[in-house]
Amino acid sequence: MRKTPGLTRRDVLTTTLGAAAFTLATRSAAAQETPLADTTKKWGRLPNALGARSPVETPKRTLNLPTSSRTPLQDLHGTITPADLHYERHHSGLAVVDPRTYRLLLHGMVDRPLTFTLDDIKRFPATTRVCFLECAGNFFGTREETTPQDVCGLTSQTEWTGVMLSTIFNEAGAQPRATWFLAEGQDAAVMTRSVPIKEVLRDAMLVYAQNGEALRPEQGYPVRLLLPGIEGNASVKWLRRLELSDQPFMTREETSKYTDPLADGTARQFSLVMDARSIITSPAYPQTIEKGFVEIRGIAWSGRGLIRRVDVSTDGGKTWKTAALQQPVLPKAHTRFRYAWQWDGRPAEIVSRAVDETGYGQPDMTALRQARGRRTRYHLNPVTGWTIAGDGRVRFGVERVRV
Amino acid sequence: MTRLLTIAAALLVATALIAAQSSPKRYGIGTPATPDQIAALDIDVRPDGMGLPPGSGSAREGAPIYAQKCAPCHGANGEGGAGDALVGAAPRDGAPFGPEYERWRNGRPDVPFTIGNYWPYATTIFDYVRRAMPASAPGTLTADETYALTAWLLAKNEIISESEAMNAETLPRVRMPARARFVPDNRKGGSEVR
Ligand code: HEC
Repeated sequence: MRKTPGLTRRDVLTTTLGAAAFTLATRSAAAQETPLADTTKKWGRLPNALGARSPVETPKRTLNLPTSSRTPLQDLHGTITPADLHYERHHSGLAVVDPRTYRLLLHGMVDRPLTFTLDDIKRFPATTRVCFLECAGNFFGTREETTPQDVCGLTSQTEWTGVMLSTIFNEAGAQPRATWFLAEGQDAAVMTRSVPIKEVLRDAMLVYAQNGEALRPEQGYPVRLLLPGIEGNASVKWLRRLELSDQPFMTREETSKYTDPLADGTARQFSLVMDARSIITSPAYPQTIEKGFVEIRGIAWSGRGLIRRVDVSTDGGKTWKTAALQQPVLPKAHTRFRYAWQWDGRPAEIVSRAVDETGYGQPDMTALRQARGRRTRYHLNPVTGWTIAGDGRVRFGVERVRV
Repeated sequence: MTRLLTIAAALLVATALIAAQSSPKRYGIGTPATPDQIAALDIDVRPDGMGLPPGSGSAREGAPIYAQKCAPCHGANGEGGAGDALVGAAPRDGAPFGPEYERWRNGRPDVPFTIGNYWPYATTIFDYVRRAMPASAPGTLTADETYALTAWLLAKNEIISESEAMNAETLPRVRMPARARFVPDNRKGGSEVR
């Protein structure tokens, strides 16, 4: 387009809209976002290229450096985790990968070893799926001053888009004798996990998008493995290599770590599926509630499929009621539950317990310790609750998880 | 008769359609990987020794490398620091969990999980150290250095002798004390807590 000296399109707009609007539109972003006493008497800022949260809403991940950051479960509604609030667990920091030089290598027990560019991967038929991703080490609870984020903020939910892993395997001609594959990332840990093919192939994807946009760097940009229902560590980020094999590789993360030493002296290996779990996210520490109507809200999920039921107790587990589940209930996905409660002002303990489609009921810590012993560290999914004092103050129920 | 034929033909077409839909389809996307491209990335080592490179090293050779490159984070004797504890043979022929351990411990403080009392495969040490350690400069160790460090860690954990050389033949043959304790996942949903 040719630039005409004199009257530009911008001048015309300015004149049409008037000086007030123009001034607003050109003011600094901070000033534009300041709440006005009467928003009806003054034009607000005009559309801009990139949105931002209300400056009053400041949900934040909490940090446990150098390894992880946790999702503020208590600040979220519905079931989707905003991409910038998805939990992180990196073993050697995050890798910044150039999408233009990115390559994925697929080799081992395949007829045709192949490399794929990012564009190649995006050309395959695409699939979108909503599911949770949870770190295997997602339980903390030794203090009353503990928020839902602290208790189990290493779980997040995303609408992922990518290609089915089976499509990629088929493209390379995966051999029938191949029963495992190695997934390797290109971070400084060169993270590796062995994954049993039969157990995951129906669900496994290579994903390049998160809630509609490209993956965040901290979620493995440009491509990560996604294994719905399975401990997060196996969904290798910054994926650079897949190798098919007839046996597992026994990497450090499936031997020294992420295994479950049990009460009987054996150690469970490849305990990949995340068992059913729930947490009440409101009311929770550090809230203070008022007498009268309180909607108890939370999320429940199971790596084995659908959440069938969530039971809620308001008397510390003596009696249980069934919570309402927000539809649609999706398999291997955070499911929102709600329970309408009238608080009479007396001390109480509110507790939730998830049941999944296999009939598995979320266990108490005592049952877990009985089955697994004292030194097991991963895959802990105990029933948790919140105590409510007469003054309405809510605290984490430490007694319930103490052993 | 004609009707039967028509039905038969229709069935055939239907079967063919289903077959076409479900039969593996290739899209012709991707580039054949060359042996060089594979070799450049294929650094993993399996328990059967697949992937171990040429080279060799003993604990004696490993000691000065460990002191220089590993001790700052893992302690002079592998007792742990910023990085995990790497050495700890006790409980001998046991593991740091389970009923025998509780009897052995007899109320004393817990011992950490280490290569000596928990790691099921010796090849994992080589694989992990080569790819991820030292954490301050991952991926910088030579094959000989990695063998020597692996040997040092195995000797300190009282699994091999100071003089035994680790290489592509000997490393996969090392039996780790905790090996037999590892069992596959036996959880399967349903009402039982495991
Ligand atoms: C800058 C500190 C640092 C240095 C130097 C370092 N490490 Fe590490 N090491 C770590 C950390 C941190 C971890 C845990 C990493 C993780 O969990 O992802 C670790 C983990 C390990 C593990 C796995 C332990 C387990 O129980 O799973 C081994 C084996 C190991 N290091 C060996 C070495 C060797 C051999 C060297 C020397 C070549 C070395 N490290 C140098 C920090 C270091």
